[in-house]
Amino acid sequence: MGEHLTFIGSVTAQLVRAVPVTLLILAVSGVCATVLATGLTAMSVARSPLPRLVQRTWTFLFRGTPLILQIFMIYYGFAMVPWIRHGILWAAFRDPVFCTCLAMTCCCSAYIAEIFRGALAAVPRGEIEAGRACGMTGFMLLRRVIAPSLIRIALPSYSNEIIMMTKSTSLASTITVLDITGVAQQVIAHSYRTLEVFCAAAALYLLINATLSTLLTALERRLDVDRAPTPLAPIPPTLEPLS
Amino acid sequence: MMDDLAILGFGPDGWAPLLLKGCLLTLAVSAASMAIGTVLGILLAWARLKGPRWLRRAALVYGVILRGVPELLVILLLYFGLPSLILSLSETFGWEAPGLPPPFLIGSVSVGLVSAAYQAEIFRGGVGAIPRGQFEAARAMGFSDLMCFHRIVLPQVARVVLPALGNVWQFNLKDSALIAVTGLSELMRTSLVAAGSTRHPFLFFGVAMALYLVLTTLSSTAFHYGGRYSNRWDRG
Repeated sequence: MGEHLTFIGSVTAQLVRAVPVTLLILAVSGVCATVLATGLTAMSVARSPLPRLVQRTWTFLFRGTPLILQIFMIYYGFAMVPWIRHGILWAAFRDPVFCTCLAMTCCCSAYIAEIFRGALAAVPRGEIEAGRACGMTGFMLLRRVIAPSLIRIALPSYSNEIIMMTKSTSLASTITVLDITGVAQQVIAHSYRTLEVFCAAAALYLLINATLSTLLTALERRLDVDRAPTPLAPIPPTLEPLS
Repeated sequence: MMDDLAILGFGPDGWAPLLLKGCLLTLAVSAASMAIGTVLGILLAWARLKGPRWLRRAALVYGVILRGVPELLVILLLYFGLPSLILSLSETFGWEAPGLPPPFLIGSVSVGLVSAAYQAEIFRGGVGAIPRGQFEAARAMGFSDLMCFHRIVLPQVARVVLPALGNVWQFNLKDSALIAVTGLSELMRTSLVAAGSTRHPFLFFGVAMALYLVLTTLSSTAFHYGGRYSNRWDRG
């Protein structure tokens, strides 16, 4: 039993050392995907049909295929394209972490753009019209009226997507990245103790996701203007008689 | 170019038959996991809504874990972890040691277990959308629980949850690609093998992407019409 606990302890220590890799992939692709999704959302409401077509094709392509296939396409498929293999881009495309980040950015931007698009449609039209009536144009309207509503509406779904992304980072292990799942598989190759190692890895993912979801819920609550900033003090059941 | 056509065709060196077989296997494993997910999801939703407190809590914990752990890890855990557990059990009890479990079964069960966690949330939401008065009316009419489920809950929930189930199906279809790690020759695995043995990864991953797009588009169209059909009385 003591030996068992020592083993789990050492495995956990090894897995924890891989957490930065997982978080790096999550952070890079999370930020890039959000920026890209903002652009895609803008394209989806553009007046000319071309950007709208690009946005729709992007969404169709990346939401309709499995992420693991996209990762393999970028890592193994693009390596066979002559101008990538022999160009300056090769330095980036030979790196599995870069390829994972690129695939996740493209894939998740499609999902996040759909969330933003839905939220944009849910921003009350009256607010936008009122902003226009007050003489706001373009960027100011976006910053003062649309964005605050949009962020509040989109945040719950956006948090879900971030949790999904955390889970997706484990796919990096399929192209030799030593993230939490990758290290877990490596440890198993030496120790043949699958159950304990995978359970420890699962616990780490749960911990990361629980932390993220707590942070995002706190943010959601902070941004919620409808909620009273400080709860009203409860009325005491009996008032002391005035004398 | 002619080479590409030859290795993609139906000829002796062509991969088309295997890729199409892979498509069918992908559909089959997704359908199996969807079915497992629906049955287990309904049970979980029931446990969350009407179960005793310990069961309610257990269903909640199940949802938190299965929605917080990567699908890939669930598949790896079941495919490689379960046999080692069974092996150590069989050593203890002196049973015969089993080999690796069948990938199709493990694949559909593991994707199904994850799917169930999501479907439970959907069913819970669907039941929540039914006005409370209807349950009270059913009880007043002397309906039993089962009859209430069959006559009141099921027809209405099915209609409400259909679009959300369509989403889960799409996720199942894409998660089924992860079963490739167990060696089950579904579409992802087949394209991987083809890419490796012909050294044309770009071509074969591209073809696999196109085939997945066909599968997702066809099924989303099917769900769209299914939704229209189930709402046919609701238009006036």
